[in-house]
Amino acid sequence: MDFLSAHRPEMLPGNRQLPPTQGVIEAPHGTTIVAVTFAGGVVLAGDRRATMGNVIAQRDIEKVFPADEYSAVGIAGTAGLAVEMVKLFQLELEHFEKVEGTTLSLEGKANRLSTMIRSNLGMAMQGLAVVPLFAGFDVDHDRGRIFSYDVTGGRSEEHGYAATGSGSLFARGAMKKLFHKDLTEGQATTLVVQALYDAADDDSATGGPDVARRIYPIVTVITEDGFRRLTDQESSEIARAILERRLEQPDGPRAELL
Amino acid sequence: MSTPFYVSPQQAMADRAEYARKGIARGRSLVVLQFADGIVFVGENPSRALHKFSEIYDRIGFAAAGKYNEYENLRIGGVRYADMRGYTYDRADVTARGLANVYAQTLGTIFSSAAEKPYEVELVVAEVGETPEGDQIYRLPHDGSIVDEHGSVAVGGNAETISTYLDQRHEDGMSLAEALKLAVQALSRDTNGSEREIPAERLEVAVLDRTRPQQRKFKRIVGRQLQRLLEADGASTAAEAEDPEESAGEE
Repeated sequence: MDFLSAHRPEMLPGNRQLPPTQGVIEAPHGTTIVAVTFAGGVVLAGDRRATMGNVIAQRDIEKVFPADEYSAVGIAGTAGLAVEMVKLFQLELEHFEKVEGTTLSLEGKANRLSTMIRSNLGMAMQGLAVVPLFAGFDVDHDRGRIFSYDVTGGRSEEHGYAATGSGSLFARGAMKKLFHKDLTEGQATTLVVQALYDAADDDSATGGPDVARRIYPIVTVITEDGFRRLTDQESSEIARAILERRLEQPDGPRAELL
Repeated sequence: MSTPFYVSPQQAMADRAEYARKGIARGRSLVVLQFADGIVFVGENPSRALHKFSEIYDRIGFAAAGKYNEYENLRIGGVRYADMRGYTYDRADVTARGLANVYAQTLGTIFSSAAEKPYEVELVVAEVGETPEGDQIYRLPHDGSIVDEHGSVAVGGNAETISTYLDQRHEDGMSLAEALKLAVQALSRDTNGSEREIPAERLEVAVLDRTRPQQRKFKRIVGRQLQRLLEADGASTAAEAEDPEESAGEE
């Protein structure tokens, strides 16, 4: 790898010229990721659907991963590239930690991810974009933080809540009406599942809770105790409670008018 | 014109080994012990920043005695090797045996290359298994050989005295507090047989704990937790106090 990058850098997989393509490349795409902060940390969640054009490519894909002990990354966009990017990101954080004997700051991690997305710009121009959402607990400032990205690697910190992927518009709308500053952890996990439900309601590429197959959204919580993924049991209970209420009120909880 | 003296290869190697051994003997010793839930690393280290023990990968730990810059170099090489392996293949494909082999090759090449001075280091690579039977401990002396160890191992200045002491007293299935206590007792024995006190703040302790829920089993034990563990055996001295006396009688 080092030898190749020194002598024939254009031969490396990342630097190879892609042949011109006609139309969009068909590859599975991940859809909606949402995140919300609460008093003691941050919640990051994602639906389970991957689509390829109009086809559902996978019903139970996992799109939220721990990046290290105190952060997680949720991916929207081309699934194959995104999973690879997360794998490399996890490796870099762990490698840094072991070599230096200390963890990167949350800002440092967010910046590193930004560079990785930018290096994928060529692919993004071909329709294979990766747009993750990064969330973590900042141990230096003692609070949960969310970072969102665009395809060029532009990074911006989001306050309160954020969403990415095809259903993000609908999810963001739902979160805007439900979010408030003093959420508890339990309320925050319910909020993200509500938002994903609303996204699935209006976006065909986002999957809702699949009761028949027992496939529920992946919900992860990061607090000062570290990263924790809710068990299938816990996330199914949240999803079922929401479903129960939606049978009476299909549009979900209503916000006040004034 | 002076002709260089003829030095036989045996003599040259013996000199190099002597040089490396002396370098290692200048440093403080450290011990690696198996206990019921994993492997514990204990050493005397006045520095909080320059570690003797380190995590290499999920189940693999590293310990080194000797010259800091040399073993730090090897440690980083090991981390790089393990991370590359794990990324290219799978996390399960990184093993202590593979890593020990790489270290042995490196140390062996340096030791027998006339252009370089031999490394003044002695390494321990340990991997914690699913069960105590799966634990692996490899000791790598300065010349690139590998020694497969069981139960306990000591490296560094006073290694021989310490490992004899440990061999006599180490048992399978010890608790962490017991193993830690034994390690501290062993480390506080000087070459001349006298004992000295090692305060908790001069101890560096780390474990590979197979019961840890995380994928990465390596953990440093510092501050209050270390104090608690050391005190836990302090409280039960009544029962365990007989032990050293008995052995003193035997000697």
